[in-house]
Amino acid sequence: MPKTRVQNSMSAIDLLLGGDPALYAIVRLSLIVSLAATALAAIVALPFGAMLGLTRFPGRAGVIVVLNACMGLPPVVVGLAIYLLLSRSGPLGFLGILFTPQAMILAQALLVFPIIAALTRQTVEDVWSEYRDELMALRVAPFRRVATLLWDARFSLITALLAGFGRAAAEVGTVIIVGGNIDGFTRVMTTAIALETSKGDLPLALGLGLVLIGLIIMINALAWGVRRFGEARAG
Amino acid sequence: MRAPPSDLPIVFDQVSLQAGEVAILRGVSMVLRPGAPTALIGPNGAGKTTLIRLAASLMVPTSGRVTWGGKPGTDGARFAVVFQRPVMLRRSAAANVAYALPRCPAGERRLRTNELLLQVGLAHLAQRPARRLSGGEQQRLALARALAREPEVLFLDEPTASLDPASTKTVEDVIRTAAASGTKIVIATQNLGQARRLAADVSFMLRGRVHEVGAAEQFFHAPQTAEAAAFLNGDLVV
Repeated sequence: MPKTRVQNSMSAIDLLLGGDPALYAIVRLSLIVSLAATALAAIVALPFGAMLGLTRFPGRAGVIVVLNACMGLPPVVVGLAIYLLLSRSGPLGFLGILFTPQAMILAQALLVFPIIAALTRQTVEDVWSEYRDELMALRVAPFRRVATLLWDARFSLITALLAGFGRAAAEVGTVIIVGGNIDGFTRVMTTAIALETSKGDLPLALGLGLVLIGLIIMINALAWGVRRFGEARAG
Repeated sequence: MRAPPSDLPIVFDQVSLQAGEVAILRGVSMVLRPGAPTALIGPNGAGKTTLIRLAASLMVPTSGRVTWGGKPGTDGARFAVVFQRPVMLRRSAAANVAYALPRCPAGERRLRTNELLLQVGLAHLAQRPARRLSGGEQQRLALARALAREPEVLFLDEPTASLDPASTKTVEDVIRTAAASGTKIVIATQNLGQARRLAADVSFMLRGRVHEVGAAEQFFHAPQTAEAAAFLNGDLVV
Protein backbone atom coordinates (compact mmCIF):
# COMPACT_ATOMS: atom_id res chain seq x y z
CA MET A 1 0.00 0.00 0.00
CA PRO A 2 1.47 3.45 -0.91
CA LYS A 3 2.55 5.73 1.98
CA THR A 4 0.47 8.75 2.83
CA ARG A 5 1.94 12.30 2.69
CA VAL A 6 2.14 12.41 6.47
CA GLN A 7 4.06 9.12 6.55
CA ASN A 8 6.46 10.46 3.89
CA SER A 9 7.09 13.61 5.89
CA MET A 10 7.73 11.59 9.05
CA SER A 11 10.24 9.40 7.18
CA ALA A 12 12.01 12.51 5.90
CA ILE A 13 12.29 13.88 9.43
CA ASP A 14 13.62 10.50 10.62
CA LEU A 15 16.33 10.66 7.97
CA LEU A 16 17.27 14.16 9.01
CA LEU A 17 17.33 13.50 12.73
CA GLY A 18 19.07 10.18 12.24
CA GLY A 19 22.03 11.91 10.56
CA ASP A 20 21.84 9.79 7.42
CA PRO A 21 25.37 9.98 5.90
CA ALA A 22 24.10 9.88 2.30
CA LEU A 23 21.75 12.76 2.98
CA TYR A 24 24.45 14.82 4.69
CA ALA A 25 27.00 14.17 1.92
CA ILE A 26 24.53 15.47 -0.60
CA VAL A 27 23.74 18.51 1.53
CA ARG A 28 27.45 19.26 2.03
CA LEU A 29 28.21 19.06 -1.69
CA SER A 30 25.19 21.20 -2.56
CA LEU A 31 26.33 23.91 -0.18
CA ILE A 32 29.92 23.81 -1.41
CA VAL A 33 28.92 23.98 -5.08
CA SER A 34 26.33 26.73 -4.66
CA LEU A 35 28.46 28.90 -2.36
CA ALA A 36 31.56 28.47 -4.53
CA ALA A 37 29.59 29.30 -7.67
CA THR A 38 28.11 32.41 -6.04
CA ALA A 39 31.54 33.52 -4.81
CA LEU A 40 33.15 32.89 -8.19
CA ALA A 41 30.42 34.79 -10.01
CA ALA A 42 30.52 37.64 -7.46
CA ILE A 43 34.27 38.20 -7.92
CA VAL A 44 33.64 39.11 -11.54
CA ALA A 45 30.05 40.33 -11.45
CA LEU A 46 30.40 42.94 -8.68
CA PRO A 47 33.11 45.03 -10.39
CA PHE A 48 31.59 44.38 -13.82
CA GLY A 49 28.15 45.54 -12.69
CA ALA A 50 29.65 48.56 -10.93
CA MET A 51 31.68 49.57 -14.00
CA LEU A 52 28.60 49.18 -16.17
CA GLY A 53 26.66 51.38 -13.75
CA LEU A 54 29.29 54.11 -13.84
CA THR A 55 30.48 54.22 -17.43
CA ARG A 56 28.79 55.53 -20.53
CA PHE A 57 29.71 54.11 -23.92
CA PRO A 58 28.00 53.45 -27.24
CA GLY A 59 25.87 50.31 -27.01
CA ARG A 60 25.62 50.44 -23.22
CA ALA A 61 21.83 50.19 -23.32
CA GLY A 62 22.15 47.04 -25.44
CA VAL A 63 24.59 45.49 -22.96
CA ILE A 64 22.19 46.24 -20.10
CA VAL A 65 19.23 44.72 -21.97
CA VAL A 66 21.22 41.57 -22.77
CA LEU A 67 22.51 41.32 -19.20
CA ASN A 68 19.00 41.68 -17.78
CA ALA A 69 17.70 39.11 -20.25
CA CYS A 70 20.45 36.71 -19.18
CA MET A 71 18.96 36.66 -15.68
CA GLY A 72 16.39 34.34 -17.21
CA LEU A 73 18.86 32.12 -19.05
CA PRO A 74 17.44 28.59 -19.45
CA PRO A 75 19.65 26.42 -17.21
CA VAL A 76 19.60 23.46 -19.58
CA VAL A 77 20.93 25.65 -22.40
CA VAL A 78 23.76 26.87 -20.17
CA GLY A 79 24.37 23.28 -19.13
CA LEU A 80 24.52 22.19 -22.74
CA ALA A 81 26.94 25.00 -23.64
CA ILE A 82 29.23 24.14 -20.73
CA TYR A 83 28.95 20.46 -21.61
CA LEU A 84 30.10 21.19 -25.17
CA LEU A 85 32.93 23.38 -23.89
CA LEU A 86 34.18 20.81 -21.40
CA SER A 87 33.55 17.63 -23.35
CA ARG A 88 36.63 15.78 -24.50
CA SER A 89 36.43 17.26 -28.03
CA GLY A 90 35.47 20.74 -26.78
CA PRO A 91 37.82 23.73 -26.51
CA LEU A 92 38.18 23.26 -22.74
CA GLY A 93 38.18 19.47 -22.87
CA PHE A 94 41.83 19.37 -21.85
CA LEU A 95 40.79 20.48 -18.36
CA GLY A 96 39.13 17.12 -17.81
CA ILE A 97 36.56 18.46 -15.38
CA LEU A 98 33.31 17.34 -17.02
CA PHE A 99 31.15 15.37 -14.56
CA THR A 100 32.98 16.85 -11.58
CA PRO A 101 31.90 19.35 -8.94
CA GLN A 102 34.25 21.90 -10.60
CA ALA A 103 32.17 21.76 -13.78
CA MET A 104 29.01 22.21 -11.72
CA ILE A 105 30.53 25.26 -10.01
CA LEU A 106 31.51 26.73 -13.36
CA ALA A 107 28.06 26.16 -14.84
CA GLN A 108 26.25 27.59 -11.82
CA ALA A 109 28.59 30.58 -11.75
CA LEU A 110 27.62 31.33 -15.33
CA LEU A 111 23.95 31.22 -14.38
CA VAL A 112 24.47 33.39 -11.33
CA PHE A 113 26.75 35.97 -12.97
CA PRO A 114 24.03 37.94 -14.81
CA ILE A 115 21.84 38.08 -11.70
CA ILE A 116 24.57 39.55 -9.51
CA ALA A 117 25.93 41.81 -12.27
CA ALA A 118 22.52 43.22 -13.23
CA LEU A 119 21.45 43.86 -9.64
CA THR A 120 24.86 45.38 -8.86
CA ARG A 121 24.58 47.66 -11.87
CA GLN A 122 21.23 48.95 -10.72
CA THR A 123 22.31 49.36 -7.10
CA VAL A 124 25.55 51.14 -7.96
CA GLU A 125 23.80 53.42 -10.42
CA ASP A 126 21.35 54.46 -7.69
CA VAL A 127 24.14 55.11 -5.19
CA TRP A 128 26.15 56.96 -7.85
CA SER A 129 23.32 59.42 -8.44
CA GLU A 130 23.58 60.29 -4.75
CA TYR A 131 27.40 60.31 -4.55
CA ARG A 132 28.32 61.72 -7.95
CA ASP A 133 28.88 65.36 -7.05
CA GLU A 134 30.71 64.55 -3.83
CA LEU A 135 33.11 62.05 -5.41
CA MET A 136 33.68 64.23 -8.47
CA ALA A 137 34.40 67.24 -6.23
CA LEU A 138 36.80 65.11 -4.21
CA ARG A 139 38.49 64.20 -7.52
CA VAL A 140 38.23 60.48 -6.80
CA ALA A 141 39.84 58.36 -9.51
CA PRO A 142 37.50 56.04 -11.50
CA PHE A 143 38.67 52.74 -9.98
CA ARG A 144 38.45 54.19 -6.48
CA ARG A 145 34.92 55.33 -7.27
CA VAL A 146 33.97 51.75 -8.11
CA ALA A 147 35.51 50.47 -4.88
CA THR A 148 33.83 53.23 -2.85
CA LEU A 149 30.40 52.62 -4.33
CA LEU A 150 30.64 48.85 -3.90
CA TRP A 151 31.71 49.31 -0.29
CA ASP A 152 29.05 51.87 0.52
CA ALA A 153 26.36 49.77 -1.18
CA ARG A 154 27.57 46.62 0.53
CA PHE A 155 24.41 46.05 2.53
CA SER A 156 22.18 46.40 -0.53
CA LEU A 157 24.48 44.13 -2.51
CA ILE A 158 23.89 41.34 0.00
CA THR A 159 20.47 41.03 -1.64
CA ALA A 160 22.12 40.56 -5.04
CA LEU A 161 24.36 37.84 -3.62
CA LEU A 162 21.39 36.13 -1.99
CA ALA A 163 19.47 36.20 -5.25
CA GLY A 164 22.46 34.59 -6.93
CA PHE A 165 22.81 31.97 -4.24
CA GLY A 166 19.10 31.22 -4.42
CA ARG A 167 19.36 30.61 -8.13
CA ALA A 168 22.41 28.37 -7.68
CA ALA A 169 20.93 26.36 -4.83
CA ALA A 170 17.64 25.76 -6.62
CA GLU A 171 19.22 24.87 -9.96
CA VAL A 172 18.85 21.36 -11.36
CA GLY A 173 19.02 21.38 -15.18
CA THR A 174 22.59 22.61 -15.55
CA VAL A 175 24.19 20.51 -12.85
CA ILE A 176 22.54 17.34 -14.02
CA ILE A 177 24.00 17.87 -17.52
CA VAL A 178 27.55 18.84 -16.52
CA GLY A 179 27.69 16.92 -13.23
CA GLY A 180 25.97 13.74 -14.28
CA ASN A 181 24.31 13.18 -10.89
CA ILE A 182 26.93 10.60 -9.91
CA ASP A 183 26.15 9.04 -6.55
CA GLY A 184 28.60 10.13 -3.88
CA PHE A 185 30.49 12.43 -6.26
CA THR A 186 28.33 14.98 -8.07
CA ARG A 187 24.90 14.33 -6.59
CA VAL A 188 23.43 17.47 -5.05
CA MET A 189 20.10 18.09 -3.38
CA THR A 190 18.16 19.19 -6.43
CA THR A 191 19.38 16.38 -8.68
CA ALA A 192 18.83 13.86 -5.89
CA ILE A 193 15.29 15.12 -5.36
CA ALA A 194 14.56 14.67 -9.08
CA LEU A 195 16.12 11.19 -9.09
CA GLU A 196 14.52 9.95 -5.88
CA THR A 197 11.13 11.22 -6.97
CA SER A 198 11.41 9.35 -10.28
CA LYS A 199 12.46 6.23 -8.34
CA GLY A 200 9.54 6.63 -6.00
CA ASP A 201 11.70 7.14 -2.87
CA LEU A 202 9.62 10.00 -1.66
CA PRO A 203 10.93 10.10 1.95
CA LEU A 204 14.49 10.94 0.82
CA ALA A 205 13.19 13.35 -1.81
CA LEU A 206 11.05 15.10 0.78
CA GLY A 207 13.85 15.10 3.33
CA LEU A 208 16.16 16.76 0.83
CA GLY A 209 13.47 19.23 -0.13
CA LEU A 210 12.98 20.20 3.51
CA VAL A 211 16.71 20.55 4.05
CA LEU A 212 17.08 22.66 0.92
CA ILE A 213 14.33 25.02 1.98
CA GLY A 214 15.70 25.12 5.53
CA LEU A 215 19.20 25.93 4.32
CA ILE A 216 18.00 28.71 2.08
CA ILE A 217 15.99 30.20 4.94
CA MET A 218 19.01 29.88 7.27
CA ILE A 219 21.38 31.57 4.85
CA ASN A 220 18.89 34.36 4.21
CA ALA A 221 18.40 34.81 7.94
CA LEU A 222 22.15 34.93 8.45
CA ALA A 223 22.53 37.52 5.69
CA TRP A 224 19.69 39.56 7.16
CA GLY A 225 21.40 39.47 10.55
CA VAL A 226 24.73 40.50 9.05
CA ARG A 227 23.03 43.35 7.22
CA ARG A 228 21.23 44.62 10.31
CA PHE A 229 24.39 44.35 12.41
CA GLY A 230 26.47 46.08 9.75
CA GLU A 231 23.96 48.86 9.23
CA ALA A 232 23.75 49.44 12.97
CA ARG A 233 27.53 49.79 13.14
CA ALA A 234 28.22 51.70 9.92
CA GLY A 235 25.10 53.87 9.79
CA MET B 1 51.83 73.16 0.45
CA ARG B 2 49.91 75.74 -1.54
CA ALA B 3 48.67 75.41 -5.10
CA PRO B 4 50.57 77.26 -7.78
CA PRO B 5 49.28 80.84 -8.06
CA SER B 6 48.24 80.13 -11.63
CA ASP B 7 45.07 78.33 -10.39
CA LEU B 8 43.51 81.74 -9.79
CA PRO B 9 41.76 83.79 -11.00
CA ILE B 10 38.72 81.78 -12.01
CA VAL B 11 37.20 83.54 -14.98
CA PHE B 12 33.64 83.03 -16.17
CA ASP B 13 33.45 84.25 -19.74
CA GLN B 14 29.92 84.69 -21.09
CA VAL B 15 28.83 81.46 -19.40
CA SER B 16 25.29 80.29 -20.11
CA LEU B 17 23.49 77.16 -19.10
CA GLN B 18 20.24 76.06 -20.65
CA ALA B 19 18.13 73.16 -19.38
CA GLY B 20 15.56 72.50 -22.07
CA GLU B 21 13.82 75.81 -22.58
CA VAL B 22 14.83 77.17 -19.19
CA ALA B 23 17.85 79.45 -19.00
CA ILE B 24 19.59 78.78 -15.70
CA LEU B 25 22.55 81.06 -16.34
CA ARG B 26 22.55 83.84 -18.93
CA GLY B 27 25.89 85.06 -20.17
CA VAL B 28 27.61 85.33 -16.81
CA SER B 29 30.99 87.02 -16.86
CA MET B 30 32.85 87.43 -13.61
CA VAL B 31 36.26 86.93 -12.07
CA LEU B 32 37.09 85.28 -8.75
CA ARG B 33 40.45 86.59 -7.64
CA PRO B 34 42.75 85.47 -4.85
CA GLY B 35 42.16 87.15 -1.52
CA ALA B 36 39.36 87.57 0.97
CA PRO B 37 36.13 85.58 0.76
CA THR B 38 33.60 86.23 -1.98
CA ALA B 39 29.90 85.78 -1.33
CA LEU B 40 27.46 84.86 -4.08
CA ILE B 41 24.14 86.15 -2.85
CA GLY B 42 20.69 86.21 -4.31
CA PRO B 43 17.30 84.59 -3.94
CA ASN B 44 16.53 80.93 -4.60
CA GLY B 45 16.92 80.02 -8.25
CA ALA B 46 19.30 82.89 -8.97
CA GLY B 47 21.98 80.49 -10.23
CA LYS B 48 24.44 80.55 -7.31
CA THR B 49 24.70 76.77 -6.93
CA THR B 50 24.92 76.32 -10.70
CA LEU B 51 27.79 78.77 -10.86
CA ILE B 52 29.70 76.76 -8.24
CA ARG B 53 28.96 73.50 -10.04
CA LEU B 54 30.22 74.95 -13.31
CA ALA B 55 33.38 76.26 -11.66
CA ALA B 56 34.02 72.81 -10.21
CA SER B 57 33.42 71.15 -13.61
CA LEU B 58 30.44 69.25 -12.24
CA MET B 59 28.47 70.69 -15.13
CA VAL B 60 29.36 71.84 -18.62
CA PRO B 61 28.11 75.23 -19.79
CA THR B 62 25.90 75.39 -22.85
CA SER B 63 28.03 78.29 -24.07
CA GLY B 64 30.92 80.36 -22.81
CA ARG B 65 33.80 79.00 -20.76
CA VAL B 66 35.31 78.85 -17.32
CA THR B 67 39.07 79.08 -16.92
CA TRP B 68 41.32 78.48 -13.93
CA GLY B 69 44.48 80.54 -14.07
CA GLY B 70 43.97 80.95 -17.79
CA LYS B 71 43.54 77.23 -18.41
CA PRO B 72 40.23 75.64 -19.35
CA GLY B 73 38.78 73.03 -17.00
CA THR B 74 39.84 72.04 -13.52
CA ASP B 75 42.68 69.61 -14.29
CA GLY B 76 45.24 70.04 -11.57
CA ALA B 77 43.24 72.80 -9.88
CA ARG B 78 43.18 72.54 -6.10
CA PHE B 79 39.65 73.13 -4.96
CA ALA B 80 37.04 71.58 -2.73
CA VAL B 81 33.29 71.92 -2.46
CA VAL B 82 31.01 71.71 0.55
CA PHE B 83 27.48 71.12 -0.63
CA GLN B 84 24.30 72.25 1.03
CA ARG B 85 23.45 68.62 1.73
CA PRO B 86 26.80 66.86 1.85
CA VAL B 87 26.92 63.12 1.26
CA MET B 88 28.42 61.18 4.12
CA LEU B 89 30.22 58.02 3.13
CA ARG B 90 29.00 54.92 4.95
CA ARG B 91 31.86 54.79 7.43
CA SER B 92 33.05 56.57 10.55
CA ALA B 93 33.53 60.34 10.80
CA ALA B 94 37.31 59.86 10.91
CA ALA B 95 37.23 57.57 7.88
CA ASN B 96 35.26 60.19 5.96
CA VAL B 97 38.05 62.72 6.51
CA ALA B 98 40.79 60.15 5.87
CA TYR B 99 39.08 59.31 2.57
CA ALA B 100 40.10 62.72 1.26
CA LEU B 101 43.76 61.96 2.03
CA PRO B 102 44.42 58.93 -0.17
CA ARG B 103 48.06 59.68 -0.89
CA CYS B 104 49.04 60.42 2.70
CA PRO B 105 51.13 57.82 4.54
CA ALA B 106 49.00 56.08 7.18
CA GLY B 107 50.56 57.76 10.22
CA GLU B 108 50.40 61.22 8.73
CA ARG B 109 46.85 60.60 7.57
CA ARG B 110 45.78 59.70 11.09
CA LEU B 111 47.40 62.82 12.53
CA ARG B 112 45.92 65.11 9.89
CA THR B 113 42.47 63.54 10.34
CA ASN B 114 42.61 64.11 14.08
CA GLU B 115 43.72 67.73 13.57
CA LEU B 116 40.87 68.43 11.20
CA LEU B 117 38.27 66.80 13.41
CA LEU B 118 39.56 68.85 16.31
CA GLN B 119 39.38 71.99 14.20
CA VAL B 120 35.68 71.44 13.44
CA GLY B 121 34.89 70.28 16.98
CA LEU B 122 34.19 66.66 16.14
CA ALA B 123 37.20 64.92 17.68
CA HIS B 124 34.98 63.26 20.29
CA LEU B 125 32.81 61.77 17.53
CA ALA B 126 35.66 60.43 15.40
CA GLN B 127 34.51 56.82 15.51
CA ARG B 128 30.77 57.53 15.23
CA PRO B 129 29.21 56.45 11.90
CA ALA B 130 29.06 59.64 9.83
CA ARG B 131 25.46 59.05 8.83
CA ARG B 132 24.45 59.00 12.48
CA LEU B 133 25.69 62.53 13.05
CA SER B 134 23.27 65.44 13.26
CA GLY B 135 22.87 67.81 10.31
CA GLY B 136 25.18 70.37 11.86
CA GLU B 137 27.79 67.76 12.67
CA GLN B 138 27.62 66.38 9.13
CA GLN B 139 28.14 69.86 7.72
CA ARG B 140 31.20 70.35 9.93
CA LEU B 141 32.49 66.95 8.91
CA ALA B 142 32.04 67.84 5.24
CA LEU B 143 34.03 71.00 5.90
CA ALA B 144 36.82 68.99 7.53
CA ARG B 145 36.83 66.59 4.58
CA ALA B 146 37.04 69.48 2.15
CA LEU B 147 39.87 71.13 4.08
CA ALA B 148 41.77 67.83 4.09
CA ARG B 149 42.44 68.46 0.42
CA GLU B 150 44.23 71.71 1.33
CA PRO B 151 42.30 73.53 -1.37
CA GLU B 152 43.38 76.79 -2.84
CA VAL B 153 39.71 77.53 -3.49
CA LEU B 154 36.93 76.35 -1.20
CA PHE B 155 33.38 76.57 -2.54
CA LEU B 156 30.65 76.52 0.06
CA ASP B 157 27.04 76.16 -1.03
CA GLU B 158 24.71 77.40 1.71
CA PRO B 159 26.93 75.74 4.30
CA THR B 160 24.82 76.71 7.30
CA ALA B 161 21.35 76.74 5.75
CA SER B 162 19.82 74.34 8.25
CA LEU B 163 22.14 74.75 11.21
CA ASP B 164 21.54 76.07 14.69
CA PRO B 165 23.42 79.23 15.75
CA ALA B 166 26.11 77.32 17.68
CA SER B 167 26.91 75.06 14.70
CA THR B 168 26.79 78.08 12.39
CA LYS B 169 29.37 79.86 14.55
CA THR B 170 31.68 76.82 14.52
CA VAL B 171 31.42 76.56 10.74
CA GLU B 172 32.04 80.29 10.27
CA ASP B 173 35.05 80.19 12.59
CA VAL B 174 36.55 77.36 10.53
CA ILE B 175 35.85 79.29 7.33
CA ARG B 176 37.58 82.38 8.76
CA THR B 177 40.60 80.31 9.78
CA ALA B 178 40.81 78.77 6.30
CA ALA B 179 40.52 82.20 4.69
CA ALA B 180 43.20 83.59 6.99
CA SER B 181 45.55 80.78 5.96
CA GLY B 182 45.22 81.79 2.30
CA THR B 183 42.36 79.66 1.01
CA LYS B 184 40.07 81.55 -1.33
CA ILE B 185 36.54 81.15 -0.01
CA VAL B 186 33.58 81.37 -2.38
CA ILE B 187 30.34 81.09 -0.45
CA ALA B 188 26.85 80.94 -1.93
CA THR B 189 24.34 82.10 0.63
CA GLN B 190 20.96 83.71 1.08
CA ASN B 191 21.92 84.61 4.59
CA LEU B 192 22.78 88.31 4.40
CA GLY B 193 24.10 88.34 7.95
CA GLN B 194 26.53 85.59 7.07
CA ALA B 195 27.64 87.38 3.93
CA ARG B 196 28.25 90.52 6.02
CA ARG B 197 30.22 88.58 8.60
CA LEU B 198 32.41 86.63 6.20
CA ALA B 199 32.72 88.23 2.79
CA ALA B 200 34.93 91.00 1.52
CA ASP B 201 33.42 90.90 -1.99
CA VAL B 202 29.87 90.26 -3.07
CA SER B 203 28.34 89.14 -6.35
CA PHE B 204 24.60 89.63 -6.38
CA MET B 205 22.84 87.19 -8.67
CA LEU B 206 19.30 87.26 -9.96
CA ARG B 207 17.51 85.24 -12.64
CA GLY B 208 20.72 83.62 -13.89
CA ARG B 209 22.66 86.86 -14.20
CA VAL B 210 25.23 88.64 -12.08
CA HIS B 211 23.51 91.94 -11.36
CA GLU B 212 26.06 93.60 -9.20
CA VAL B 213 29.63 92.98 -8.10
CA GLY B 214 31.50 94.96 -5.51
CA ALA B 215 33.10 95.27 -2.12
CA ALA B 216 30.83 93.92 0.59
CA GLU B 217 30.75 97.13 2.61
CA GLN B 218 29.77 99.23 -0.37
CA PHE B 219 27.20 96.68 -1.55
CA PHE B 220 25.46 96.47 1.79
CA HIS B 221 25.44 100.22 2.37
CA ALA B 222 24.89 101.55 -1.12
CA PRO B 223 23.72 98.95 -3.61
CA GLN B 224 23.94 100.12 -7.20
CA THR B 225 20.87 98.39 -8.62
CA ALA B 226 17.23 98.58 -7.64
CA GLU B 227 17.02 94.78 -7.49
CA ALA B 228 19.93 94.54 -5.05
CA ALA B 229 18.42 97.28 -2.92
CA ALA B 230 15.08 95.47 -2.89
CA PHE B 231 16.76 92.18 -1.96
CA LEU B 232 18.67 93.81 0.88
CA ASN B 233 15.45 95.43 1.99
CA GLY B 234 13.88 92.00 2.38
CA ASP B 235 11.48 92.44 -0.52
CA LEU B 236 10.55 89.52 -2.71
CA VAL B 237 12.64 89.87 -5.86
CA VAL B 238 11.35 87.75 -8.71
